[in-house]
Amino acid sequence: MSKKLALIASKGTLDWAYPPFILASTAAALDYEVQIFFTFYGLTLLKKDLGDLKVSPLGNPAMPMPVPMPNLVQMLPGMESMATMMMKQKIKDKGVASIEELRNLCLEAEVKLIACQMTVDLFDFKREDFIDGIEFGGAATFFEFAGESDVSLFV
Amino acid sequence: MEFDKELDARGLNCPLPILRCKKALAEISAGKVLKIVATDAGSVKDFQAFCKQTGNELLSFSEGGGEYTFFMRKRA
Repeated sequence: MSKKLALIASKGTLDWAYPPFILASTAAALDYEVQIFFTFYGLTLLKKDLGDLKVSPLGNPAMPMPVPMPNLVQMLPGMESMATMMMKQKIKDKGVASIEELRNLCLEAEVKLIACQMTVDLFDFKREDFIDGIEFGGAATFFEFAGESDVSLFV
Repeated sequence: MEFDKELDARGLNCPLPILRCKKALAEISAGKVLKIVATDAGSVKDFQAFCKQTGNELLSFSEGGGEYTFFMRKRA
């Protein structure tokens, strides 16, 4: 019987979108059965349009910047878009997969993607905003799989 | 070394070389040999780990000119 990986994806920024999809797609390649439960801001990662994913240097002192930049400057309009643009360029230059590509690889590998119904209601999201092939469920749905999993991580 | 299929994973970063390798293995039959060329330095350890966990056999590994070449035999 194959091993099982249960992930919770709770963050919706471009940088934090990577860990769940990288781990899930790799585990699937290693013949794991994988489920990702998307909750709160993580739900953004299931939207049809991933173009809104951004990265913010604000409040993240570990983010490498070309020049030292105080928080006061980082909060200026346009800084977030600029940081996002720079990050996307780096991703391309370094041969790192796009989130869309990794998500597609997960879908191809039959990774089960579950959207937290409570968060969908909370944020007034519509089911048609999300990609096809996902399921909707709650915490008990997560534990049904996670309780039998070999690895379980919260991202 | 002789091989049945070649995968060019140059310029790709983690986890793409592994994911492409998995796909390429699916396209050959058991016992056949896949040659992989990668530039990701992390792939050296990753392919070893991949083989250990999936039962595919890493026949050889060599390095030269910033490229890493692997020969992998698909498990029965």
